[in-house]
Amino acid sequence: MSEVLVLVDHAAGEVRKVTLELLTAARRLGEPAAVVVGESGTAGKLADSLTAYGASKIYVAESAEAGQYLITPQVDVLASLVSSAQPAAVLVPASIDGKEIAGRLAVRTGSGLLSEAVDLDAEGVAAHSLFGGAYQASAKATTATTVVTVLPGSVEAEAASGAGEQVTAEVPAQDAGRAATVTGHQPAEAGDRPELTEAGVVVSGGRGVGSAENFAVIEKLADSLGAAVGASRAAVDSGYYPPQFQVGQTGKTVSPQLYVALGISGAIQHRAGMQTSKTIVAVNKDPEAPIFDIADYGMVGDLFKVAPQLTDEVEKRKS
Amino acid sequence: MNIVVLVKQVPDTWSERKLSDADHTLDRASADAVLDEINERAVEEALLAKEAQGGEVTVVCMGPERANEAIRKALSMGADSAVHVSDEALHGSDAVQTARTLAAAIGTLESVDLVIAGNESTDGRAGAVPAMVAELLGWPQLTYARKLDTDGQSVSIERESDAGVATVEANLPALVSVTEKINEPRYPSFKGIMAAKKKPVSTLSVADVGLSADEVGLGSAPTQVVSSAPAPPKEAGVKVTDEGEGGVQIVEFLSGQKLV
Ligand SMILES: Cc1cc2nc3c(=O)[nH]c(=O)nc-3n(C[C@H](O)[C@H](O)[C@H](O)COP(=O)(O)OP(=O)(O)OC[C@H]3O[C@@H](n4cnc5c(N)ncnc54)[C@H](O)[C@@H]3O)c2cc1C
Repeated sequence: MSEVLVLVDHAAGEVRKVTLELLTAARRLGEPAAVVVGESGTAGKLADSLTAYGASKIYVAESAEAGQYLITPQVDVLASLVSSAQPAAVLVPASIDGKEIAGRLAVRTGSGLLSEAVDLDAEGVAAHSLFGGAYQASAKATTATTVVTVLPGSVEAEAASGAGEQVTAEVPAQDAGRAATVTGHQPAEAGDRPELTEAGVVVSGGRGVGSAENFAVIEKLADSLGAAVGASRAAVDSGYYPPQFQVGQTGKTVSPQLYVALGISGAIQHRAGMQTSKTIVAVNKDPEAPIFDIADYGMVGDLFKVAPQLTDEVEKRKS
Repeated sequence: MNIVVLVKQVPDTWSERKLSDADHTLDRASADAVLDEINERAVEEALLAKEAQGGEVTVVCMGPERANEAIRKALSMGADSAVHVSDEALHGSDAVQTARTLAAAIGTLESVDLVIAGNESTDGRAGAVPAMVAELLGWPQLTYARKLDTDGQSVSIERESDAGVATVEANLPALVSVTEKINEPRYPSFKGIMAAKKKPVSTLSVADVGLSADEVGLGSAPTQVVSSAPAPPKEAGVKVTDEGEGGVQIVEFLSGQKLV
């Protein structure tokens, strides 16, 4: 059975959930081999989780340069593994960095690239959701190796024990003239809330929230539900909430069990990022707002009355 | 400084978008076509760099004849000239082939210092074409910039990604992609619109950029779409008006769905 490489997404010594989803998908296609690229000592902390989700091999590519350069260290490591291991596929999370790594890898190795897959079968056929969920398509590559980026949250992670054999892989030296150097880094505030694209529940606020201070109403509701907070582009552009929380066409794509939209009209570009959510609840004072067309439960009313009552009621039922 | 801006014409996100039944490629006739909004910001950033450093801004676009409208929009904002790669053979090209064509088109221009692109188009969303073009040119990539600085020798950006904000630097020539938070693009002035009509646009074929027809297009794409269809419509839900108990009613709905 041929190998299927999975690029491990990790932060602060922990494996991100999407990696476990990718290992699960990889098992359908062949023998999953996790690829860890990071500074020295990274793989040791990740090995247990990778093994618990079926990694038969763990390629350990550690070097100080992994953190100093953008994208190219991962591409270089994967490209040399593609030529030595001849994998059936390389699976990469469809994150900002992941999509760029996958793109460059496909170019360098002459492989077909399938982007933002929401599912993957044993034959390597990927399912895609296009134009914000309005269209579905499936695609495959005709090349020996397929490079696939997979949207976080689309495959259910299932544990399975693997051999977890660690194999050292080299990080080729970076050419400072052709690579971009990272000279400073301000990590995103981790906070106590789940990551937006991984969360089971997302509570989003729009222009109707009215101010940055008022977003506390959204945050309180989110915290009572154990949810991530999202925002519409109008809310972000008005400075109510930081840009990394934008949901939509040009923001994040989310597909949680529950999406609660407050003070969001439901423009097509916002829907593009959330309409595949399993259950959608909307609160808007305009009964004609288009968000109600896709809501499973719509409440016509003032969010400043509805949201605090909702928060209190959730807290009450918890205790 | 010689700056190239990569632009793309896309179906307007406000209109209904679909794939053609015959070959699963984008049905460009079914929707209004516009210059992708992110490209307006890329053009704006190029014009700002030109205003500070001097030089020329060249628009590079791959697309059918109709993409001319998007090119004119970029020229009317203030870009100096354009290269339009237009060829029947390109129909159905995937992201990798698109990147090859764009890199080849950039290769026909002399002494390019900086390429600026949008981070991701609104129709394809592979989000990887700028990185792939950098790979093909062998240049540093500085992508997802929310801020860009250049002195004509080197370039520095603030890169906003899931991991936080990083400062990234490289020597020119380099490729930068910008996010929608980088600037507010200017509106073309009447004078700009008139001037754009006289600006040079060279139309190149696949052969003109040095590729052969069997390297691009649907037939030779390394990926194939095997099926496509509109998603099944979502069933309409319930809509109620808040009479003072709205919050409690939502919780009742959620608990019925086992969501709380
Ligand atoms: C290329 C492109 C990309 C885009 N990408 C995105 C994207 O990624 N994400 C995104 O969100 N948008 C995106 N947009 C913008 C999109 O078109 C809309 O402008 C935006 O989604 C509107 O945000 P909103 O619903 O918060 O604001 P509005 O449309 O202004 O709606 C505010 C809503 O709040 C309601 N409201 C006001 N006060 C209250 C109250 N007290 N209680 C209850 N309801 C109240 C109002 O009835 C109204 O429906 C994009 C646009 C373009 C052209």
